[in-house]
Formats: sequence, structure tokens, C-alpha cells
Amino acid sequence: MFTEIFNRYEWGAVKQSIYSKTAADVERALAKSHRDPEDFKALISPAAAPYLEEMAQLSHRLTQKRFGKVMQLYIPLYLSNECQNICTYCGFSYENKIRRRTLSSGELLREVTAIRDLGFEHVLLVSGEANQTVGVDYFVRALEVVRPHFSHMSMEVQPLDRDDYSLLMQHGLNTVLVYQETYHREDYKLHHPKGKKSNFDYRLETPDRLGKAGIHKIGLGVLIGLEDWRTDSWFAALHLQYLERTYWKTKYSLSFPRLRPFSGEEEAGDRPYGLQPKVEMKDRELIQLICAYRLLDEEVELSLSTRESPVFRDHAIRLGITAMSAGSRTNPGGYVVDPESLEQFEIDDDRSPAAIAEMIRRQGYEPVWKDWDPVLQG
Amino acid sequence: MLTIADKTFHSRLFTGTGKFGSSQLMEEAIIASGSELVTVALRRVDIQQRQDDDLLYHLRHPHIHLLPNTSGVRNAREAVFAAELAREALGTNWLKLEIHPDPKWLLPDPIETLAAAEELVKRGFVVLPYIHADPVLCKRLEDAGVAAVMPLGAPIGSNKGLRTFDFLEIILAQTRVPVVIDAGIGAPSDAAKAMEMGADAVLVNTAIASSADPARMARAFRLAVESGRMAFEAKLATVSGRAVASSPLTAFLD
Repeated sequence: MFTEIFNRYEWGAVKQSIYSKTAADVERALAKSHRDPEDFKALISPAAAPYLEEMAQLSHRLTQKRFGKVMQLYIPLYLSNECQNICTYCGFSYENKIRRRTLSSGELLREVTAIRDLGFEHVLLVSGEANQTVGVDYFVRALEVVRPHFSHMSMEVQPLDRDDYSLLMQHGLNTVLVYQETYHREDYKLHHPKGKKSNFDYRLETPDRLGKAGIHKIGLGVLIGLEDWRTDSWFAALHLQYLERTYWKTKYSLSFPRLRPFSGEEEAGDRPYGLQPKVEMKDRELIQLICAYRLLDEEVELSLSTRESPVFRDHAIRLGITAMSAGSRTNPGGYVVDPESLEQFEIDDDRSPAAIAEMIRRQGYEPVWKDWDPVLQG
Repeated sequence: MLTIADKTFHSRLFTGTGKFGSSQLMEEAIIASGSELVTVALRRVDIQQRQDDDLLYHLRHPHIHLLPNTSGVRNAREAVFAAELAREALGTNWLKLEIHPDPKWLLPDPIETLAAAEELVKRGFVVLPYIHADPVLCKRLEDAGVAAVMPLGAPIGSNKGLRTFDFLEIILAQTRVPVVIDAGIGAPSDAAKAMEMGADAVLVNTAIASSADPARMARAFRLAVESGRMAFEAKLATVSGRAVASSPLTAFLD
């Protein structure tokens, strides 16, 4: 289990080690053909800032060599915003006293039809954590409703047990995203004071359970803004490397969501409810992180959501990103059933999927809607 | 002319369809390559025909034969299942058998590949397995009845050239089926070298798709493959490892 490796490291020491990297460390990392976690520290350190253009050029070349001139497209579909957890940064937090909604099978089918008509073949099913009403039985039913209409089904829901994952895979589940939010054990407790999610270790070992179940793809990430992004991202990279070596038949993707405002009862004027980021990550720094991930791992998929601005997304395409969402709604029923229900966070890029596809083409890339087929899963 | 199973090919350059910046660029490059056998990943095409498939649409030319591949499957059972659906949906019993359970390096699993090949041959498929440059595995696959073997020159997509040269030489020296060198061929000179050493064909994708001008690069590969084959047929001059002494040590015996 990753916990054993994770427990060997102390947050403060890792952070200090990153911040003490020098220009010489960065140059050594750039010169190598295979880079290790120490090199990654240098590439995400402040010392690498002057080398951003060089990192971007390298990242661009490595990404095109491996993935070609293509961009995968997917769309999230929120199943429910019921949640028993308190997460200080999330619109679905239990404390946020707002009407909750869980899609029925009929409503789900209406949403499915609407987004299928936009051209998507890859759907990401999302929920909060409400095990009584939105548990494994609900997910099985949801997968069976969605399955005939999409070639690739991903999920971003509460962590489950290994047997639950095996069951969901039998119903066509291909990919699971589970973000640790932060690898800072003490701060994690502050941000998740109540609910099953407050168990740091259970969440940390979720990718292990997925790997043991033989899942096809696992998505990892941290929520940027909760803690020092460099240290958190280094732990994510450590996690990735452990998983790649242990569950070698599984594919991996990384995301780097930055904290976004969300709606809630305390919303007043134009000040949205929600947590102000403890650490602000600048656009320049996010590009540095994206390039550093690519330089560490040529094969990992890097995914960028509509949390980011159109300008940022348009430019990030050439810098290492391999998958994007488009036209997203972050509330259950958001496409047709109930567009006004509680959303998880505000998106920034609200262009239509067709507009995103056109933007991708203009840059000389092929938008790829389909890159999986259920027949390959036997 | 190259014959594999029931088909004869004028071109010894096989191509792929991945990584191109647009379907239009892909089509232009494949036409420029002169290729008559083009591999298509099942994962990328709509084999359930829910809507017109853009990728297949651009491959509708009378001289182009499709070679569906099973990229994405992790074992023999999944490969056989996918192959049956590909045969039904795409109307061809030709199959590039790819089983790489490892999604990072995409290296082929020899054990599952052999098992799947045995089963698929029994089911009437024309099987072209993607494999390591492993001479013993090639013989085992030949015995199983595959139509050709496709050993790799270097890790797929790496553009590193013929890194498995010594093993490819052994495979070519003892094969009874056509040998298509696949994966790792990064430059036309690599393709020419493969043909000079006696390969029956090469399969090139990344080096064409990710170049700045895919159609021009495709033509460069076409010329290299033709040139390499011509050199092979004309019998290359032997590279001599021996010295010819001007003062022979054994002349006193004459």
C-alpha cells in the first residue's frame, strides 16, 4: 500500500528540499532523458521559473511524440449533489444549506441524450458522498442507463471498497478519478472535519484498491490552493510513480484543479461563498507544473477542465495537456433537467463543445471524441 | 510484389492512422505513402455504426485495405472477443494482433499473444501479431499459422530506429512467413535499412503523423522503402570483415 511509502516522508522536509533546489539542479534535470522525483523537485521549484520556455518546448515535443496532434474530449455528468461530508472548499459541502437533488434513471437518460447529441463518447459521472441514497446500487443503475450511449465511462465519486469497484467494472466502468485534495495530513483534517471523507488513509489507499481491482485507468490530483502546491504536487508524483510500478496494467492521468468559487447561502453581492485559497497559484506556475509533470512522465495523461479560463486553455493545448472537458455543467440536471440546481463550482470556460473543437482544430490538433471501445474490455 | 495470405501488395510500406492533426492530413499522408494496408485502432472507430465514422470515411479508397488492431486489450480472451466484433463490423478477417497490457511502454505480452494467435487462426483470421524481436516466439507463431510476424525495431512511438537489429537478423534468416518490421522506425533511413536487410515490409505511423509535413514525410518513406527493397533485390555488396594481405604468410607453400 502507498501509505507505507508515504509515511516515510515528512511534509516539512520535502517542502524545504524543493525550495532549496538551485539553477544547477534544474539544468541537470533538463539535460537528462529520464527524470526521477528529485529532478521533479527541481522542475517545480522556484529555481525553475527562468527555465519555463525551455520546459515548455520540451513538454510540447515529448507530448506530441507520445500522443500525437490530438486532444481527447470528455464531459462531466453530475448525478447528485447530496453529500454527508463537510469540505470547506466545496459547494456540495453538507453545511451548505441548499436544496439537494439526485437524478432518477429517467432524468439521467434525458441528460445522457442531451450530451450525446453534442458528440461526446466519453462521459465522467460525478457525485458527492451520500452512501445511503447514492451508493453502489445507485451507481450500478446509473452505469446501466449510460452504458449503451457512450464508449468510455469514468467516475468521480466517493472512495469505495475493492469489491465495489470490481462490481462497477462489470457494469462497464473504465476509469476512476480520485483526488487526494491535499497530501498534508494535518491540513486535510481541517478541510474535512466531518463525514467519511475525513479518513485520510482510506482515501490515500483508494488507488491501491482500484489497482487491485484491475481498473483500466486511475486519475490522480490535488486541489490546488489548499496547501503549498509544489509540495502537494510532489507527493502526487510520488503516488503516481508508486502506482505505475505496482499496478502496471493500469493507465494514469493527472489533473491540477485550482480552487474555484461556488454558490451558497452566504453569497452576498459578487462575493461568492467559499474558501479563499491559502496559496494562490499563478498561471505561469500552473504551466510550470504541467510541463514538469510531462518531463517527469512522458506517458501520463494530463487533463484540464473548464475551471480554467479560455485563454489559458487555448494556450495549454500545446504545452502537455492531452484531455479536456468542454461545455461542462457542474450541477445534477445541469444540461436539461434542472439547469438551476446547486453547482459544485463555477466554471470559467463556458464555450460550447463545438466551439472548443473548432479552437482545437485551428491549432492544428484533431479533437478526439472516441478513444475507447467497450469491446476491448471483453 | 509482396503476398500475405490472400492479398498481394505493390507497396511494402504499411501505415497507421493515429496521432495525425486532422483526418484530412491523415488521408493525404496515406495516399502519398502509396500504402495499401492501413492499421486502424478499434478504440478510435465507431464499430457499432451509431454514426458515420470520420476516420473510416477518409480511408475509403479502393487500393486501401484496413488492418484493424486490438490496441487496448490486455489478454488473449479480450483480444479474441474484440477480433470477432472487428471482423463483423469492418468486414475483414485481417487482424493486427496487439496485446500490450502495459499502457506505459506498450510492450507486447508474448504469452497472451501466442495464445490469442492460436485461437484466432483456428477461427479463420489472417493474423499479424505485433511482438518483440524474439526469434523463438516468431517460430512458435509460425507454427500456430499466423500470416506474417511484426517484430518491433524499438519501443513504439520512440523513433529510435532498429535497436533490435541483431535479433531481427536472426528472425529474417529463419522465417517462413513474411516479416513486417513495426514500431520504432523514426526516419526514412531506418526504413531503408530494414528493407536492405531483407524485411518484407515495414509499418510506420508516428514518424509520419508527427512530422511537420506528414504527406511529404510519407513520400520520403515511400521512396526509402522502394530504394531499400531494390538494394536488397540487387544484392548488396558484402561488407568484408577480412583483410587481404599483400604479403601472404602461406605463399611459401605454393
